[in-house]
Amino acid sequence: MSRHLILGAGVMGLALAAELVARGHEVEIHDPAPDLGPQACSWWAGGMLAPFCEREAAEEPVLRLGLEAAGWWERQTGLVTRRGTLVLALGRDRSELARFARRTSGHEAQDAEGIATLEPDLAGRFAGGLYFPEEAHLSPREALRELRRRLTAQGARFLSEAPAEAESLIDCRGLAAREALADLRGVRGEMLILRCPEITLSRPVRLLHPRIPLYVVPRGEGVFMLGATMIESDRPGPATARSVLELLSAAYALHPAFGEAEILEIGSGVRPAFPDNLPHLRREGRILTANGLHRHGFLLSPAMARMAADHLETGAIPEFMDKAPS
Amino acid sequence: MALFYGVEVESPLMLGTARYPSPAVLAEAFRASGAGIATVSLRREQGGGQDFWALVQSLGVRILPNTAGCHSLREAVTTAHMARELFDTPWIKLEVIGEADSLQPDVFALVEAARILVEEGFEVFPYCTEDLVVCGRLLDVGCRVLMPWGAPIGSGLGLNNPYGLRSLRAHFPEVPLVVDAGIGLPSHAARAMEMGYDAVLLNSAVALAGDPVGMARAMALAAEAGRAAFRADPMEPRDMASPSTPVLGKAFLS
Repeated sequence: MSRHLILGAGVMGLALAAELVARGHEVEIHDPAPDLGPQACSWWAGGMLAPFCEREAAEEPVLRLGLEAAGWWERQTGLVTRRGTLVLALGRDRSELARFARRTSGHEAQDAEGIATLEPDLAGRFAGGLYFPEEAHLSPREALRELRRRLTAQGARFLSEAPAEAESLIDCRGLAAREALADLRGVRGEMLILRCPEITLSRPVRLLHPRIPLYVVPRGEGVFMLGATMIESDRPGPATARSVLELLSAAYALHPAFGEAEILEIGSGVRPAFPDNLPHLRREGRILTANGLHRHGFLLSPAMARMAADHLETGAIPEFMDKAPS
Repeated sequence: MALFYGVEVESPLMLGTARYPSPAVLAEAFRASGAGIATVSLRREQGGGQDFWALVQSLGVRILPNTAGCHSLREAVTTAHMARELFDTPWIKLEVIGEADSLQPDVFALVEAARILVEEGFEVFPYCTEDLVVCGRLLDVGCRVLMPWGAPIGSGLGLNNPYGLRSLRAHFPEVPLVVDAGIGLPSHAARAMEMGYDAVLLNSAVALAGDPVGMARAMALAAEAGRAAFRADPMEPRDMASPSTPVLGKAFLS
């Protein structure tokens, strides 16, 4: 057992803290922000644990390692909903479903009746879709809050001033660590949170569109998260009118009742990403960095936390580690 | 070899940089394609895209910034100004979208924007329809390259109006012509080059393929094959069979 200092209390930092505490280590977490909040890009995450769907555009490790996520988050927070994902396309974009099906696995084709059974509120609106029964979702803010609560209860300490000494230092600061990581870039994402009590969805629904892909994640009690844009920009400011218009139009196309929804939040965050859009662990002397989770913060932080903890305990060079320790 | 505003470009392939699975895949696709020109958008990045633009610049190919996403003359002109500052090039691929669903160019605003930008010293690559009169107007206001669409952006439908594209080639034999948009398959790229086009510009066909690097290679081979075929002066098709072995002295009926 040894003492570790983690920089950054976003999803990567908290997941690693939980993994280390579970293995019996002593952990301190430093973040200048006193609590969870909009400064962390995981605050704005969708919370889909959807490794099969993500494989559409992501590399193979995202599927294989993302399979660990739902079980890990359930053990660590007890807040995972396992009801799968439903993928739909509007009439004119039906060919998108065929492409999506070819590029992914773990799905079952659904006809109109199947869709109506899975999501009664969408009955009669779509002729076909894909159901990914093994996928899951969580509410990011609740999950991070619970993780933080359990960590505090188990003796982990949250500091707003960094202590001078620590045996090992793990930098999980996301984009804030870019001065130390020359090839880290920002990928902007914009999202909305709506309240629409007229509609009930029991699982994330993805609407395929050639230009404006949308996902809607139910947060319970009539609240939905709509996401998310992917823009090659590190501009942190508020969402643009066009992005909001596009997301809302797509939601309206999914179900017109979204037109009457209350807009609770319009948010934006900047995801940290490396050129291959995969996370990487790097060791520079005493400092280990865990970064670049891109749009897979909740999906890949469990695997990253496991690999980082393995490395800290045994010196092993895990899959996502770039080079031998110097 | 085509001359674009005095610049010789060996490869007949121009490649867009949007919508790849990752910048790493994008870079590999460029290497596999041998493309000599990369188009880059900057409208939606709002000045925050430096990291991505630096990645594109590190590809070592010539940058052709575009005004993708602009729906009015004013937006397009402003975006062109930004592009000139960011990329230090007079080149601009001018897109003014006139219809949100099909992303058809607004050819009226396009001609006017091209006139303004040419006067300001830009070297304009206008994304246009294959309409002869529109293309003539673009040349009148000082464009020295034309980029007619094959089909709507991102549709992958190929060359919708081969007659129109052929007659454009015939009317403007000296103007560098590039088929921009609509190419979904290598056969579409080959066909454009077989007509005597100087290059093809594509993005989605490579970026959204299951294996973008493999598709980049396929597109490069096809564009090269089409160009070689055009230069080799293909035979004319004919209705009657024309046997290539002598028939004289052989029995016609046996």
